[in-house]
Amino acid sequence: MSSAAKSLAALAKPRWWEFALWAVLLCLPFGLPSHALLISEITIIALFAMSLDLILGYSGIVSLGHAAFFGMGAYTAALFAKHINPDPLLGLAVAGAVTAVLGAVCSLSVLRGSDLTRLMVTLGVALLLQELANKLDFITGGADGLQGVVMGPVLGRFEFDLLGQTAAWYALCVTLLVFLLLHQVVQSPFGFSLKTIRDNPLRAQAIGISVHARLMAVYTLAAALAGLAGGLQAQTTGFASLDVFGFDRSADVLLMLVIGGTGWLWGGIIGAVVFKTLHSLISAWTPQYWTFWLGLFLVLLMLLGRERLLRPWTWGRRT
Amino acid sequence: MLTILFDGVAYGMLLFILAIGLAVTLGLMNFINLAHGAFAMAGGYITVLFMQHAGLPFLLCVPLAFVFTAVLGALLEVTLYRRMYNKPHLDQVLFSIGLTFMAVAGVDYFVGSTQQLVQLPEFLKGRTELWDGALGMGHYRLAIIAVCAALTVALQLLLVRTRFGAQLRAAVDNQRVAAGMGIDVNRVFLITFAVGSGLAGLGGALGAEVLGLDPVFPMKFMIYFLIVVAVGGTSGLTGPLLAALLLGIADVAGKYYIPKLGAFIVYSLMIIILMWRPQGLFSRGSK
Repeated sequence: MSSAAKSLAALAKPRWWEFALWAVLLCLPFGLPSHALLISEITIIALFAMSLDLILGYSGIVSLGHAAFFGMGAYTAALFAKHINPDPLLGLAVAGAVTAVLGAVCSLSVLRGSDLTRLMVTLGVALLLQELANKLDFITGGADGLQGVVMGPVLGRFEFDLLGQTAAWYALCVTLLVFLLLHQVVQSPFGFSLKTIRDNPLRAQAIGISVHARLMAVYTLAAALAGLAGGLQAQTTGFASLDVFGFDRSADVLLMLVIGGTGWLWGGIIGAVVFKTLHSLISAWTPQYWTFWLGLFLVLLMLLGRERLLRPWTWGRRT
Repeated sequence: MLTILFDGVAYGMLLFILAIGLAVTLGLMNFINLAHGAFAMAGGYITVLFMQHAGLPFLLCVPLAFVFTAVLGALLEVTLYRRMYNKPHLDQVLFSIGLTFMAVAGVDYFVGSTQQLVQLPEFLKGRTELWDGALGMGHYRLAIIAVCAALTVALQLLLVRTRFGAQLRAAVDNQRVAAGMGIDVNRVFLITFAVGSGLAGLGGALGAEVLGLDPVFPMKFMIYFLIVVAVGGTSGLTGPLLAALLLGIADVAGKYYIPKLGAFIVYSLMIIILMWRPQGLFSRGSK
């Protein structure tokens, strides 16, 4: 093995604290049974943020419409459970597959053009799907949302309980599996080629990386994972409504990722935890106007530089 | 049929005035300003508040809206926006989303979330029917078209005939060379940003009656402004103007003939156009 391959292999190994942190996370529904609903909610958003990180942090595609895939996954999972089969894992697989197909189709639209074009196209797709879900009310329930989704037990044994412990476990396990998968993906040659494309598409092309094929592949993967997150959300809450496609959702997840830091897998998880904590703190204090403080936080964060949020020792320095 | 075309043109002209500031900011500073709609909303609210509380006539309030939002834009440019020009697009997007959130919540807090109504003066309220009703023209929409057309001509003259216009075009084409030739690029940026914001405010004031005015205005119309800019390109006034007219007519016609599909047509058209020509429909081609 060459020294380069060795150093790459060393990078790919999970650190000890990652195992420890996951062990703690998996025990959370035990330790805080009264907060199980919140835990599963945060876990699902963390998964969603991780999927966005794959295209934003690793591949450099700015998307304002990632909720399109979240929403597609949510509606697919809800409809599948309602009309075809209530098994959660089967439904989740179907949700992932359907959004993967959608992602593959949409990936054609983000290959060319500037950041603005990509912003517009991704936002447009999300709005389009929201409009579609609104108008196809005989299938989706329109503005009232899709109600009456009853899920079967996970693996045929674990029933969803009212406290939400099963839901939290289920979401945590799926997210852990995705995390492990992504850990392999981003440290693989494929992952490194993505970072090359992010840093300089022209040079990536010049050294023989097929930029378009790689971007399509990663966009499809990210879409499928966002679909899983959406599917989890629909399955654990038994409900899917139009706001799964909303602009707010796409903007929020972008913010979470920025809080946690783009381009590393824990970014989405940390961001989701911090964002949700902030949300519940501020909205307990001023429920109606919490977006003002969110906006102020965003503006300040961007003015001071988002890289510095994660590096407190640089706060005193001037840029 | 003609009536729909007429309404579409009025709507499109309004969108053009609202979005032109955004096109300039984007072309000049390469800054993606999602908060542009907030300036338009500010213009609308300034008009409403002056009319309701100070009792000023509508015709006086509209220029006031321009002045106030231009000053607001200039202040924000100097204090906040200037620091963001060299940051990545992601930062700019999040920064301007943050500003939008603040504007929405702020207006909600101070004015309330209800829809605001604008009392038009009597002489703008009528409607003229031509050719046995084949073409019905609301007087107010006629006035909008006239004002917007006049503004467009004025802007074009400003851009092509004046010294400032030449400086602006030079700065858009190549900032560094322009600065090297002794053009004070920062000043050009500041004036352009202020005028662009002012125009958005003016559009917001004029459009309050047509588009509706409530705190979520910047979110609701953000996509429309962006469409005008993305489809029209940023290299001149003609592109955004044609894009705005196309969007206005497509939207009005779509909502009238196929109300079931609603905004569907506009979004799909936009995606197709941007996939076909990512640099915009009327741009000079890729740089």
